[in-house]
Amino acid sequence: MTGTPLLSAQQDWVRTGSNLADQRIRLAAADFKPVGADPQTPLLKASFDATLMSDLANAGIFDMVSKSLMPTATPGAPAEINLATWAATPANASMVAFGALSTTNGRLSVYGWVFDAKNPGSPQVLGKQYNELANQDNARMVAHRFADEIIARLGGGVNGICETKLYFVSARTGSKEIWVMDYDGQNQHIVTRLGSISLSPRVSPDNSRLAFSSIGKEGWTIRMFSLELGRPVNFPGGVAGGSNLSPAWSGDGTKVAFSSSRSGDPEIWVADASGANLRKLTAFHGPDVSPTWNPRTNSQIAWVSGRTGLPQIYVMDQDGGNIVRMTDGGYAISPSWSPSGQFLAFSWNRKYGPGAPGGQDIYVMDIASLKWIQLTHDAGSNDFPSWSPDGRHLVFERTVGGHTEIWTMLADGTEQHELTHSGKNFMPNWSWK
Amino acid sequence: MTPKYRVLTCLVMLAAVSGFAGCGKKKVASLPDTPPPIAAPAPTAQLTATPTTITAGDQVVLSWRTTDATNISIDGVGDVPSSGVKTVTPTTSTSYHLVARGDGGSADATTRVTVNAVQVAVAVPQDSSASTMSADEMFRANVQDIFFDYDAYDVRADAASALSKAAAYLASNSGVKVLIGGYCDERGSNEYNLTLGQSRANSVKQALVQAGIAESRLRVVSYGKEKPFCAESTEECWQQNRRAGFTIDR
Repeated sequence: MTGTPLLSAQQDWVRTGSNLADQRIRLAAADFKPVGADPQTPLLKASFDATLMSDLANAGIFDMVSKSLMPTATPGAPAEINLATWAATPANASMVAFGALSTTNGRLSVYGWVFDAKNPGSPQVLGKQYNELANQDNARMVAHRFADEIIARLGGGVNGICETKLYFVSARTGSKEIWVMDYDGQNQHIVTRLGSISLSPRVSPDNSRLAFSSIGKEGWTIRMFSLELGRPVNFPGGVAGGSNLSPAWSGDGTKVAFSSSRSGDPEIWVADASGANLRKLTAFHGPDVSPTWNPRTNSQIAWVSGRTGLPQIYVMDQDGGNIVRMTDGGYAISPSWSPSGQFLAFSWNRKYGPGAPGGQDIYVMDIASLKWIQLTHDAGSNDFPSWSPDGRHLVFERTVGGHTEIWTMLADGTEQHELTHSGKNFMPNWSWK
Repeated sequence: MTPKYRVLTCLVMLAAVSGFAGCGKKKVASLPDTPPPIAAPAPTAQLTATPTTITAGDQVVLSWRTTDATNISIDGVGDVPSSGVKTVTPTTSTSYHLVARGDGGSADATTRVTVNAVQVAVAVPQDSSASTMSADEMFRANVQDIFFDYDAYDVRADAASALSKAAAYLASNSGVKVLIGGYCDERGSNEYNLTLGQSRANSVKQALVQAGIAESRLRVVSYGKEKPFCAESTEECWQQNRRAGFTIDR
């Protein structure tokens, strides 16, 4: 065991609960073999190889063999691989992903396999074939799909996240609009063009609609954008005066919780996904905002309340009963409920106060035991964690020196990577699938 | 945050300050035979005023920060916590002098606020009508920003004069409708700050309603930390951003 015993012990429960195995599979992802002489092939192959390697390295369950330790031969088919050389030192691979890529008449064709290097008698674990229009986006998409197949097969049946999306707010056009990008930061596109301030994007569990909050003539309203129609659609319950903020989908997609001050004080309200059947859940003086549903049961909501002064995280039943305070002080905001229902991720400044420059960091709490672990340390101000659907990753925003960008990390706080690099990008939300 | 809570916070801070002082003395008194403690560090003190030049009747935010001091006072203000902010309304040019005393000595800091007399705008008459301030200028001169403590949305006692001035102006200009915007400093989440800004704007609205202004003339909107007045990560700037601001609602 490495590291301090205390840290390992603390990380054990979060690693176990987020499917991050202690024993990672030693996996080699060979460069794919180019087939044919089409001039498009080298560039598509470069994108494919880089994306596959990065997807598998990001998965959090593999110990990747570095390219410099791999055998020099590039196998393009099962008959071409000498498994013994991959199983031997220095590669020491347990599993090998390999295959071939070709371009013919504008079509990209990819054959991919995964072989068990320790089982030469019956090595094939996976064999897949893809055929798409030949372009860079599809080279990356095919790599994502193949990576997700590998992750599901070798990672205990948990689906990979390589085809998921991240919604976020960006101020790069001058106004604050909702944007979307692939989970690895590639392929960034603007979604809304309202020319004002749009915040708190939350995509529906079926990826069909995007809920967010936007300021207009009526103040802050909850808005709906149909990702299928490519335009705004009605959400009548989100428009009735006061500030309407921070929408949150239930895990079954039938309800949206949000904060509204239409009755004076900001409270948590719930509407059906159609925007009808509105009801108020909280009734206590002080701000109530940032709800998140238990996506496993859809019977509980965690949210932020300032009812005792500084904001704290609370949990209640979906009818507003059974309120439990989760944090014991400081400044706690932006909860996100893990897909397993076991954890809350949130942002916490445990030393908030005048003259106490504590850090705003991402924490994960085990709901049953109230045990928590700090995931970010001494690196700017961190906020808005959002769980990946596999429960192994978190996306969040980090502000360093006035620059706010979007980062990801594993659920145990390791492998932090910056996804955006210019302009103000914040409030990320991970799609459900 | 209720006023009661704020008083409690002040008491806790005072208790903390006096507690440290008590500990230091007690240590020296009860352990006379031990070697003298390492010399206490000398206090430091900073004091700033924002802005440093105003027109009579305007507000100035004093902001101070000290270290290693057990007793801090500002001339004309009295004893204060080790760091904080206070809104003052000097009627004449004033030098504010802060003295911080601690076990390691004392330090002081001074800042000066220049107060210009109110100037009634006297433009060169262009026509026969009397020259006066425009409606917008009158509004801005009479309806001024209300500042808040951090993470608080109750109207501070020092906002009373600004509020009564605003209420008097609105009472005698019954055609004017007002949009009250709630603003926050950059710390904390966008979402929580939007609710905080909402509550700040709402507190000011309620205060004006209690002063007799019709609720139908007052509209509130929260800007949270989305439209900051200034962008520096300093207490001076944060105080400027923790406010309710007014515009004519047309």
